Formats: sequence, structure tokens, C-alpha cells
Amino acid sequence: MTKKKTAKWVHKDLLGLEYLSKEDIELLLDTAGSFREILDRKIKKVPALRGKTVVNLFYEPSTRTRVSFEVAAKRLSADVINIAVESSSVKKGETLNDTGRNIEALKADIIVVRHNCSGAAAMLGRNVDISVINAGDGWHEHPTQGLLDMFTLRKKLGKLEGLNVSIVGDIAHSRVARSNIWGLTKFGAKVTVCAPKLLIPPEIDKMGVRVTNNIDEALAEADAINVLRMQFERDDMKAFPTQLEYFKNFGITEDRLKKAKKDIIVMHPGPINRGVEISSQVADGANSVILEQVTNGIAVRMAVLFWVSQARDKDKKDEITH
Amino acid sequence: MSIKQVFTREEIERAITRISHEIIENNKGVKDLVIVGIRTRGYVLAERIAKVIDNLYGTKLDVGGLDITFYRDDLSLVAEQPVIHNTEIDFDIENKNIVLVDDVLYTGRTIRCALDALIDFGRPRTIQLAVLVDRGHRELPIRADYVGKNLPTSQKELVQVKFQETDNEDSVAIEETGNDKEKDSKMGS
Repeated sequence: MTKKKTAKWVHKDLLGLEYLSKEDIELLLDTAGSFREILDRKIKKVPALRGKTVVNLFYEPSTRTRVSFEVAAKRLSADVINIAVESSSVKKGETLNDTGRNIEALKADIIVVRHNCSGAAAMLGRNVDISVINAGDGWHEHPTQGLLDMFTLRKKLGKLEGLNVSIVGDIAHSRVARSNIWGLTKFGAKVTVCAPKLLIPPEIDKMGVRVTNNIDEALAEADAINVLRMQFERDDMKAFPTQLEYFKNFGITEDRLKKAKKDIIVMHPGPINRGVEISSQVADGANSVILEQVTNGIAVRMAVLFWVSQARDKDKKDEITH
Repeated sequence: MSIKQVFTREEIERAITRISHEIIENNKGVKDLVIVGIRTRGYVLAERIAKVIDNLYGTKLDVGGLDITFYRDDLSLVAEQPVIHNTEIDFDIENKNIVLVDDVLYTGRTIRCALDALIDFGRPRTIQLAVLVDRGHRELPIRADYVGKNLPTSQKELVQVKFQETDNEDSVAIEETGNDKEKDSKMGS
């Protein structure tokens, strides 16, 4: 039995996968593996974060990410408070930083923030001493989604190195795509992004990905495909005329999968639009790991909550001893 | 800093054999008996005890591995970053007699964590404790049912158990550290 050398975790905040080393990410994925096992127990709870308070501060509507963080925190025995911005004093004009400082004054330990502005979590992290976890900031990053996609891939295929992963959908407006690209490329996976031309952001190739506008090309060599949700409800969604046309050209269907590798893994961050980006047969089919992703998401978020709170405890201890 | 060897390979082997006999004697056989070792070296010891029992009685007992990191009450005190292992108990512990195994019994805090963790898996009929070395200095009301060797130590000393499986040799040694704080930086075994 060889002891694996693990990274020393030093991050008070989790802002994005861009800022983590490969070793940091490996530590999170390994820890998530230990937490994943707890989720299959009769009593799905450990006391690791007992006495800590986690605040979910969501400026954008979100059910699954918020609930996933809430479940994760509760599995670690933390107390959880949800702040939905529609019903809070943000409506009365309070700034993000002021809200954050107030949450800190309420003696919370971790803020999980979702915001429509890229960089919001980073700004908040600079302005409070407590830990900040980015649960999605604008088009920038959604690190825990990236981590859970990587965790699911690694669990299914045993490794990330050398894998061909294709991300299909609205790359331009997708923080999920960016977190996946940052994370996967650090592990030597080969990432392809596939979308209609207008949904490919300029200079995306500088992130080390292959770009294509042809779905069959994206599927041909792929070990896994990550299907993004098409946000047709957005007002600025002018890049593609209709849902039906998108489905015809980019939708993942059984016919298209027939031309791909037989055991290709189909992922989707949810919520899925059946008949828009993915057919029901594929979403519910043998290649789909969409619901496993949801379960794995809890384990990954437990790992993140655990390590950021560890880093902060260390900080506090250093202050006392020095 | 000096290192004193206190247990040789043969002595470790004999202690494990004796503990295995005692476990069987105490439980009047192998019925409903399972063994759970605390990662990392407690698990190695658990597997060895199971092997001895298999040789003696021809019964393969279920062996589980327990990681107690998430149950520790001193996570913020440890100097080193905790290393997290996997917990693998893939059998039902309901109404079983569990022999919990660790290499060194010291403050009793690790065992306290392990008891909490085990009880989250179900309701065993009994939990018994087997250790290779009991070095004293308990901080909690915990005692071992099976002890390889009672080893009087000072808190400045560090007891180091090595196993072939993890460290390429079988030995128990006492290391003089001259540092009272050793207790805090090492997992409170």
C-alpha cells in the first residue's frame, strides 16, 4: 500500500476550478469518494461540521444546486440557513458586500453564493473573513458542478487522463462549460466544445479545447458527452431560431448515439429539456448518468464544505499561536 | 532523539495469535462475530486476526475498515492535514458482536470516534476492543478487552507500530521526542 501524496489544502474560498491545482482537485475528488460512501449508509450523517452554520445566498433562482448544498451541509451536521434574495433586504438596496458582512456578523461560517454577475463570489470572498463557495457566478464558473462532472467521469471510467469529453450546447453563456474545461484540461482530458456558431464564445480555443459546429464530429471519438441545457427562456436567446430546429441539428438522440462509442457516457447538469437538447430515450437510457450526477453532487459539495472550513480553522489557529 | 525497539516480529505474531484465541474464547465461538479495523494499521491488524482465526477454526470472518476522520472532535487542533481513507463495511452489523481493532490505545479519543461511527451503521449486540499496544494516558473512560502488550510510556514518547503491509516491516518502537505536544499533533490513538 503506497501512501498517496496529497495537496495541502489552503483555500478559504472555493471560487473556481481555474484557481485550483490538479492536486487540490484530486484531494476534493478523493474526499468526495469517502463522502459518497456515507450517502449509502442507513444513517447518512457524520459530525464533521457540527456547530458550523452554512448560509445559502442565492441571487438567482436555483432549486437543485441550493438543495444539493443544503443536503450536503446537513449530512455534515452543519446548520443551514437559506436566503432567497427575492424576499430579503437586497430588494431594499443592500449591496452584496453589506449582505455578506451581515451574514458574517450573524456568526455564520460559510456562505454559498449564486449570483448573476461573474466575479461576485470572488468579491465577496475578499470582503469577508468567513468562507465563500461559488455556486455559480454569471457566465464565469460553477466549480462544484465541474467537480461533480469530473467525479462522475472518474468513478465511471476510472481516470480522467486522456479521456475525450465533448461539451454540447450554449457554451457562450455556460459557467458549467468553463468549470469543466478548466478542471478537465488540468487532468489531461481532451475537451471538445460543440455548438451553433453564435453560441461559441470567441477565443474559447485558447482554453485548450477543440471547437466544432458538427454534432456527429463531437460524438465520434467521445468517451463522454456533457449536454448543456438550452436556455430558450432567456430574452437574449437569439442565437437559434426554434427549439425544434435545435433538436434536429444538435439534440442527442438514439440515432446519433448509434454512431458514437457503444458505452459513451451521457451527462447533463439539469434540469433537462426533453426533446430540446436531449431525447427522452437517451435521458432515460443505459448511457445516461444524469441521476448519478445528482447524488455525486452531494458528495462533492460535502468535500468542498469540509475542506474550506478546515482551511479557515487553520487560519484561526495560526492567529492564536503567532 | 532515541528509538527503542519494544516488540519484535515474533512477539507481534504471538500477541496476535493470543488475541485471536481470546476473542474466540470470550465469544464462545465465531457465531455473529465480525471484525472492524480502524484505518490504516488497525485494519491491517484486523485482517491478520481474521487470518489467524481462519487458520484455527476454518471460518472466514467479515472484516471491515473504518475511517474516523469525519467523527473527530479535534480536527481543528491537528497540526497535520488529516488524511482521509475510505470506510468499507459491506456487511450488516445489526446484532453482531464486533471486535473493533486498532494498533495503539492512547487517549481513547480515536475509539470514541470509532464507536460513534460504528453505531451509525446499525445496532451491534456488543462492541469489543482489541489493540496491539495499550500505552496508557486515557482521557476518556475507555478500556480494551484484548491487549497485545501494556506499554508504560511518558507523554513525551511516541509509540510507532509498523506492519509489513504498510511499512515493510513488523515492529513496535518507542521514540523519545522531548516534545509534550506530540499528543496533539498525532492522532489521539
